[in-house]
Amino acid sequence: MSRIESTTFRDSLSVSITVGAYGTAFGAAAVANGFSVLQSCLLSLLTFSGASQFAVIGVLGAGGGAISGIATASLLGIRNGVYGVIMAPRLKVKGFKRIVAAQITIDESTAVALGQEVRGESAMRQGFWLTGFGVFLFWNLFTVAGALGAQAMGDIRAWGLDSAVPAAFLGLVWPRLKTNRDRILAIGCVVFALAMTPILPAGLPIIATAFIAVAVGLRK
Amino acid sequence: MNSFWIATIGTSVIAFALKYAGHNVPERIFAHPKVQSINALIPIALLSALVAVQTFTEKSQLMIDHRLTGVSAAVVALILKAPFPVVVLSAAFTSAAIYNWF
Repeated sequence: MSRIESTTFRDSLSVSITVGAYGTAFGAAAVANGFSVLQSCLLSLLTFSGASQFAVIGVLGAGGGAISGIATASLLGIRNGVYGVIMAPRLKVKGFKRIVAAQITIDESTAVALGQEVRGESAMRQGFWLTGFGVFLFWNLFTVAGALGAQAMGDIRAWGLDSAVPAAFLGLVWPRLKTNRDRILAIGCVVFALAMTPILPAGLPIIATAFIAVAVGLRK
Repeated sequence: MNSFWIATIGTSVIAFALKYAGHNVPERIFAHPKVQSINALIPIALLSALVAVQTFTEKSQLMIDHRLTGVSAAVVALILKAPFPVVVLSAAFTSAAIYNWF
């Protein structure tokens, strides 16, 4: 690897620290939703994808079963697979390096890498690896801090943690609402999920909205 | 093994499988515009549903409580273009304040 460009380094580091810090919210929310500190940390180490992690703890926290939680988290994880499709021809790695690259293929590493493309192929690759490893390091460190912190808190409602989880989901979905179709879909899914909650087993009202997304995507 | 362990391990295994599969399939599979469109819409649907369920339900019952004030504060923070940690913290502070005072 050639010299690391300072702009690439700065972009990667700032993303790594700010995104990594959300790990505190995840660790705390996971414990608040009934996961142990060890399980919370394993999710950050092994799943390593914020939206999927929040989804699985959200579904189980709402009383949903393991299968519902896994299904919701996995549907959100498809995104990372698509990033893999985009990144593989750019990274050109094989074997163990490809396994490592796959694990750190997330929103942020892909976004920073593609953002560095104007500075050349080498800056693009550095952006991917630096951001991927950086977010991985800070995300896991902050998860431990959040999980231990929540464990020490006791009644999580008194600390506002039960609102921090939906607020985190809201913060994740907000930047994705770019067109009117996106906003209508979002509102439709809110109404559908609430209407189905008293009827369907916990977790299913959430997964079912994926079919609404497919139906909307197939139309025109 | 309880459901929390199954969820932890199952989610992790599938998350990695999806990432690794992506690195091993040809790029043209995702070239179809409808596939790209659906891929962008699924997170919107699931995350919106999660916001709703986490804000307005408790044990499969609809409920309006202190969480609504917290999430409302998050909406205000998002409209003001606050960064993610501020969004989450403003929700937690507001919700905790309402919960502790009433």
